[in-house]
Amino acid sequence: MSKILIIAEHDGETLNQATAKVVSCAAAIGGDIDIAVFGHGIDGVAAEAAAIAGIGRVLAVDAEHLATPLAANWAAEAVALAGDYTHLLGPSTTLGRDLMPRVAALLGVNQVSDIMEVTAPNAFKRPIYAGNAIVDVTVPDGLKVVATARTASWKTAPDGGSAAVETVAAANAAVDHTRFVGMEIEGGERPDVQSAPRVVAGGRALGSEEQFELIYRFADQIGAGVGGTRAAVDAGYCPNDMQVGQTGKIIAPDLYIAFGISGAIQHVTGIKDAGTIVAVNKDPEAPIFEVADIGLVGDLFKVIPELEALLG
Amino acid sequence: MKILVGIKRVVDYNVRVRVLPDGSGVDTDGVKMSVNPFDEIALEEALRLRDAGKADEVIVVSIGGDEVQQQLRTGLAMGADRAVQVRTGESLQPLSLARTFLKLVEREGAELVLLGKQAIDDDNSQTAQMLAALWSRPQATFASRVALDGGTAKVTREVDAGLETIEVDLPAVISVDLRLNEPRFVKLPDIMKAKRKPLDVVTLEELGVTVEGQLEVSHYAPPAPREKGIMVEDAAQLVAELKNRGLL
Repeated sequence: MSKILIIAEHDGETLNQATAKVVSCAAAIGGDIDIAVFGHGIDGVAAEAAAIAGIGRVLAVDAEHLATPLAANWAAEAVALAGDYTHLLGPSTTLGRDLMPRVAALLGVNQVSDIMEVTAPNAFKRPIYAGNAIVDVTVPDGLKVVATARTASWKTAPDGGSAAVETVAAANAAVDHTRFVGMEIEGGERPDVQSAPRVVAGGRALGSEEQFELIYRFADQIGAGVGGTRAAVDAGYCPNDMQVGQTGKIIAPDLYIAFGISGAIQHVTGIKDAGTIVAVNKDPEAPIFEVADIGLVGDLFKVIPELEALLG
Repeated sequence: MKILVGIKRVVDYNVRVRVLPDGSGVDTDGVKMSVNPFDEIALEEALRLRDAGKADEVIVVSIGGDEVQQQLRTGLAMGADRAVQVRTGESLQPLSLARTFLKLVEREGAELVLLGKQAIDDDNSQTAQMLAALWSRPQATFASRVALDGGTAKVTREVDAGLETIEVDLPAVISVDLRLNEPRFVKLPDIMKAKRKPLDVVTLEELGVTVEGQLEVSHYAPPAPREKGIMVEDAAQLVAELKNRGLL
């Protein structure tokens, strides 16, 4: 039977929702599921992890040098815990993508990136070519499975668990070659684009940072997170942490509204799992309409104010 | 100081990739192949560091059949000093790639390895992290800013919550993100010059790398299509439709 260890993602205070999505992936694999929480002063985070349904144990590794998620420090702790676990899983967030390959290499195995479906405890489906192809990947018998779960493919596992929290001493000292300097958090009060049930996004057609305000205003009106295309981010209309697509965030909100987004495949791959995709674009030939559930051919600079008035 | 840059031959960014009907792979017949865009950014950064006097030599490396020499020539035309092809007929996965890079790093005595944060074909995003792990050295992934000062690199990373800055001591591995720089265009005279630059070929066996533990990739399928949507005429209809579906 599988024994699965999930590496929790958190900001030191709260558990990132991505972790509960990884739990769903682990549940699809089946077996015993434990969660490891690395950090400093993490009782609250560990309690949150313990409250997820289906968790056997939470292993809390509390040390000062684990306070920031430097991959070199966290990977060493993950490897120290790996023991007889058959699977080590993390989320497909930037944290998981940074950390898990380091863990895999230290354990001498390849990593399965972005699990979107489990077909057997060691066999998975994952997207390649920006989601243009889905491949079946099997981990050879006898090898540990180290993987990231594609967060957009998995639902948040429900609460209702009461796992035991065990405190484990850090097995390693801090590495001396890597130092955390600082973190600039963008976005502020708005819902996080990665977990918001509604997302409003803008593309190059917005034309300027000032005009991108239209997107923020409408998003705030309907309580949505804000996303942007690579073109919009590159042009400086919105910050990089809003980029949605192959090389940005892969999201799966219930409602995604795209304004002035042409629908390049690299962007579409980031929204394909949305419940409902709405596209507003001047160009009736824009490829975004091929994936939209509801399309409206129109000028966003007219449509947005009309929507605001209708919903006001 | 020597900088090693990995460049991967991939289906061009603008090609719409199609899965072969028998599920054996994707159609690459007659398809334009290019340097993985992230790797171009990695190379551009290496060249800028060299041109700023912070590195002495930039070596581009590609692992694969002789067709990768085309991308190595592109790298040389961009300005790399020399190229190394690690010749293999196998399609190596990240762990083997990382092991291969480690051998080259040791052979060349490189102190900095710059790689793209992911290849746009396999979308694995693993090789840089794995190399750093096997090398027991720092990794700075998804870099949008690199400042090199003596033996230390200050790297700003694009992470989900914003921009994280870390400091790593060299030797180190940096994987680069889109906004680090804009790669230069190659000019015709540079292509001519590149033909005279050294391109060495070494085999996996000569490097002492055995390929093992590869994941079995068995079947390719196109993604499930979304159901065809509807078109509405105006904002009022859109709002009505969204309310109808309980979305607003």
